[in-house]
Amino acid sequence: MTLIKQGAIIFGVTMAGEILYTLLPFPVPAGVYGLFLLLFFLLGGLVKLEQVETVGMFLLDIMAMMFIPATVGIIESKDLLLEVAVPYMIIISLTTIFVMAVTGRTAQFLIGKLSERGKGNE
Amino acid sequence: MNEILKNSLYFGMTVSVGSYLAASWLKKKTGWAVLNPLLVSSVMVLLFLVIFRVDYQTYNDGAKYLSYLLTPATVCLAIPLYKQLELLKKYFPAVIGAIFSGVAASAAGVFALAKVMGLEHEHYVTLLPKSITTAIGMGVSEEAGGIVTLTVISIIITGVLGSVIAEAVFKLIGITHPMAKGLALGTSAHAVGTSKALELGEIEGAMSSLSIAVAGLMTVILVPLISGLL
Repeated sequence: MTLIKQGAIIFGVTMAGEILYTLLPFPVPAGVYGLFLLLFFLLGGLVKLEQVETVGMFLLDIMAMMFIPATVGIIESKDLLLEVAVPYMIIISLTTIFVMAVTGRTAQFLIGKLSERGKGNE
Repeated sequence: MNEILKNSLYFGMTVSVGSYLAASWLKKKTGWAVLNPLLVSSVMVLLFLVIFRVDYQTYNDGAKYLSYLLTPATVCLAIPLYKQLELLKKYFPAVIGAIFSGVAASAAGVFALAKVMGLEHEHYVTLLPKSITTAIGMGVSEEAGGIVTLTVISIIITGVLGSVIAEAVFKLIGITHPMAKGLALGTSAHAVGTSKALELGEIEGAMSSLSIAVAGLMTVILVPLISGLL
């Protein structure tokens, strides 16, 4: 029963996200609408953490596996990709490292600043 | 082989889950970050399809149900986020600032390299949304006049690559704070990076989840402003 209830809540919120995606004009995917809906429900106490946690954490545990079909699917467009493979791979590799480094370093710098300020106020 | 497996709906599911299990085992045994389970299992599935001459269509007829779970899984990213809400509130400006720096770095990096390599406008805008989640990135690419199929491929490659190299990059550049790791993974490698962040820890996972949404929306606003540059 507990798991069925958890599944019902999660699928229900997902469905609500899909309906919002259809009704609203913004380029926000259904899953992201659902994410914020569930967050608001949790914050408002409408849904309790224990009511979604077991099934929710299971889905998150196997999330990486859900990308296998799409990753394997690259093979379907191999001709399109082969034409531009060299510049694309160079740009993707370098910018991914660059974005990761810039975001991480900026985050650490800003978190450090905020922590210092917090200490100063105390 | 294709003829036999065509009638098995659970072939795609079995080969996906089985490969993922084998890849996870391999990762655990060796401890090598390069042996990312998503990358290794995808290669295993691919080899299986090539060796036994099975069409991707036959595989995906069953495997697509695994992809369908991505929407409710994305919804459930609210759970780690909710658990780490105090941290998010405390460092909100830092979180938004860090994600913005990453979105700007992505755009600047793609522009600079596309210019140096003499890429055409069409390819430049195809690559601009490569660090954001597929569902948002497809729309951004289409709007800007990019090749949507190539955008989707670039997004997937970015995600897998980001997950594989994350730990090495963190070590090399000295990124040690769990919040910084999560923000870096989510902003550079979207949902695939977030599945990696969740492996690292709950704070990493929460920050990465938030980055998917925030970086995605920032990119939606930024791309139309800079797509005319090249």
